[in-house]
Amino acid sequence: MSDYSFRFTKSSKYLNAALIIIPMVLLFIGIYGGLMQTLFRAGIIQSDPFVGGDYYKGLTFHGVLNAIVFTTFFAVALGNALIPYSLKKPLNTKVAWASGILMLAGSVLAAIVILMGEATVLYTFYPPLKAHPGFYIGLTLLVVGSWVAFFNWIPMYLEWRKENEGKKTPLAVVGMMTTFIIWLVATLAVAVEILFMLLPWSLGLVDQINVMLARTLFWFFGHPLVYFWLLPAYVMYYVFMPKLAGGKLFSDMAGRLVFMLFIIFSIPVGTHHQYMDPAISSQWKLVHGIFTFAVALPSLITAFTLAASLEHAGRKNGATGLFDWMWKLPYFDKEKWFFPFLITGLIIFIFGGIGGIVNASYSMNTIVHNTAWIPGHFHLTVAGPVLLAFLGGSLYMVGQFMGKKIRFKGFAMISPYIYTIGLLIMSYGLKVGGLMGMPRRTNTGASYANPDSVLYQPDWVAYIDMSVIGGSIMFIAVVIYLVSFFGTVFSKSDSTEEGSVVTFPISEPLHDEPSTWLRNFKPFIIILIILIVLSYTPVIYDVITTTYDTSLPYSPNSPVPLR
Amino acid sequence: MDKSEKLALSLSGLLLIVFFGALMYAAAAEDLEVPTCITDMDPFTTDTLFQTSEDTYELHMIARMWAFQPSTIRLPVGSTVDMYVTSQDIIHGFKVENKNVNLMAVPGAINYVRVRFNEPGEYFFACHEFCGAAHHTMAGRFVIEESVDEPETIGG
Repeated sequence: MSDYSFRFTKSSKYLNAALIIIPMVLLFIGIYGGLMQTLFRAGIIQSDPFVGGDYYKGLTFHGVLNAIVFTTFFAVALGNALIPYSLKKPLNTKVAWASGILMLAGSVLAAIVILMGEATVLYTFYPPLKAHPGFYIGLTLLVVGSWVAFFNWIPMYLEWRKENEGKKTPLAVVGMMTTFIIWLVATLAVAVEILFMLLPWSLGLVDQINVMLARTLFWFFGHPLVYFWLLPAYVMYYVFMPKLAGGKLFSDMAGRLVFMLFIIFSIPVGTHHQYMDPAISSQWKLVHGIFTFAVALPSLITAFTLAASLEHAGRKNGATGLFDWMWKLPYFDKEKWFFPFLITGLIIFIFGGIGGIVNASYSMNTIVHNTAWIPGHFHLTVAGPVLLAFLGGSLYMVGQFMGKKIRFKGFAMISPYIYTIGLLIMSYGLKVGGLMGMPRRTNTGASYANPDSVLYQPDWVAYIDMSVIGGSIMFIAVVIYLVSFFGTVFSKSDSTEEGSVVTFPISEPLHDEPSTWLRNFKPFIIILIILIVLSYTPVIYDVITTTYDTSLPYSPNSPVPLR
Repeated sequence: MDKSEKLALSLSGLLLIVFFGALMYAAAAEDLEVPTCITDMDPFTTDTLFQTSEDTYELHMIARMWAFQPSTIRLPVGSTVDMYVTSQDIIHGFKVENKNVNLMAVPGAINYVRVRFNEPGEYFFACHEFCGAAHHTMAGRFVIEESVDEPETIGG
C-alpha cells in the first residue's frame, strides 16, 4: 500500500495548489502582524504601516488569519489530497472548487473588514463588542466552504466502505474524517451564535443579546476548534512520520483508538475556558474539567505510539542500546526535510500538552486564566506542532500538486529548528509573565511596560522583552521557510507526463490488529451526542436562568452603546 | 495489544487520575474552588464597600470601559473580602497579583469570590479581557496595611 502513486485530475491539482498558496500569503500577513505585536508590547514601536497605532486591529488579523483562515484552508487541502489518494477515488472537482471559492470569498471579506477597522473584536469576537456584519458573514462563508469540502468526501468514503467490506479504512482517511466530524458538530454551535444572535444584532434587526449565552456557544466551538487544528497534524504524525523516519507505525490500533477518543471527548469540554465566568455552576464546570482530562488521554497514547515508532525506525537505522535510537533519526538529512517539521512539533508539544493540563485543572486555572500564560500556551500548540506540521505539509503538497522538485531544501530543513528556538524563548517570556499577573491581549507597551506611565510594572519588562527576541527569531525562521516555499512555487516545472502523479509517504503498521470495534464512526458519534446533551444542558440552563440582563452593541472606541 | 502499549495506556490513565485526585483534595481540604452561579444577590449598578463583621467586608465592584470602580481598595491586614463583580458595558476581567482571585466581569451576570489578605502590601490587578481602545489602561489595586483607620475605596 505504501509508495503508490495516484493521478489527480489537473483541475484538482490546481485547486489544491491554490488552497495552499493563497492561505500561505495570508499567513505571512498574519505573522508580520505577530512580529509587530511583540514590538508594540515592548513599547519599541507605537505604530506600524499596516494598522497605524491600533494594536488591537493587528491582533485581530493576526488571530483570524493565522488561527482560523490558514488552518481551515490547510485542513481542507490535506483532506482533498489524502482522501482521494488513500481511497483511490477521484475528487468531485466542481464541488471542491465551490468549497474553495466560498472559503476564499469569506476570508477576503473578513480580512477587508478587519483592515478597515470595522471588526476590532479579536478572533473570539465576544459580544457586546460588535463587528461589521461583513466580518460575521465572512466567517460564515469560510465555515460553510469547509463543510462543502467535507460533504464532498462523505460519498467517497461511503462508496469505498461498500466496495471494500471487511477492509479497514486507511488511517489517513479515518483521521481526516474525524477532524471534520468534530469540526461539523462544533461549528454548528458557532453557526447558531452567529446566525441567530450576532448577525441579526449587528444588522440592527435585534436590539439586545445575552452575552453569557453567546460566550458559552462560542466555547462549545472554541475548544473543539483546537482539535480541528491539531488533528491534521496528528494525521501527518501517524501516517507520514514513521515512514519518513525509516520505520513503521508502532500500532495501527492506537491510531484508530486515538481518533475515536477525540470524537467522543473533544466537544463536551468547552466550559473549561469559562472556569472564571459567572452564571455557570462550579459542579458543571468540574464535569467539563473531567472530560478535558479524558481528552488528554489520546494525546498521551499518541506520545507513546509515536515515540515507539521512532524507536523502531532508529533501530532499523542501526541503533543499539537503550537510547541510541534517538540519534539515529534523520534530523539533518536535507532529502528528508519534512521530518524536522514533525519532530520539532512533537518536542514542542511536550510543553504544550503539560501547559494544557494545567489550564484544564479546574481551580489551578485561577493562576493562569486570561494572563499572558494563555498565549504562551497556545503558541506552543497551534503555533508550534500545528503550524510546523502544516508548513511541512504545505511545502510537500505544493511540490506534489505543482509537479515541482522542492527548492532550497536546506532552508526548509533548518527553518523548524530556528523557529522552535524562537518559540520556546517567546513562550517562556509569556508564560512566566502570565504567572506574575501580566494580562493577555494587552498593548503593554502603552502602559505596563512604559516607564513614564503610572501603571509601569518593572517586573514584567524582562519577560516582555523575551517575547520580542523569541518573536523575531520565529519571524526569521518563517522567512527562511518561505524562501524554499516560494522558490518551489515559482521554479520552472520539471514535471513530465510520468511525473504528474502524486505520492505521499504512507507508513505501514508494525502491529496491525483487526480492531473491528474501531471501524465504524457511528457508535462514537452517538456517545458524543449523549455527552454533549449531558454536559451542556445544565450549563445552558444555568446561563439562561441566572443572567438578568441582555446587552446593546458597543464599539471598541466608546463606552457609550451604539444605539 | 502490545505489552508496553498496555503499560503506557495504564500509566497515562493513572497519571490523569492522580492529577484529578489532587484537584479534588485541593477543593475539599483547601477550599480552592472556581466561581459558581450567584442567585442570592440583586443586580447592582453602583459600587460599595461595607463591613459585615469584625474583619469581613463586602465589596461590590463595577467594571466599565475603561476603569474598575473602585480602582483602589484600602483595607487592614487580616481582612476577608466577599467580592461581587459585574460589568456595566462589555466583558472585562482581572487577576489579583499573588492571590487566587481571577474573575470575568460579564454584563448581565454577577461573579463572586471570597479572598483573605493576610500579608500587607499592594496587590495589583489589570483588566485581562480585551475591552476596547484603552483596555491597557484599565487596572486597580488592593492596598493592605497594618493599620487602616477607615477602610476606603478610591475611584468610584
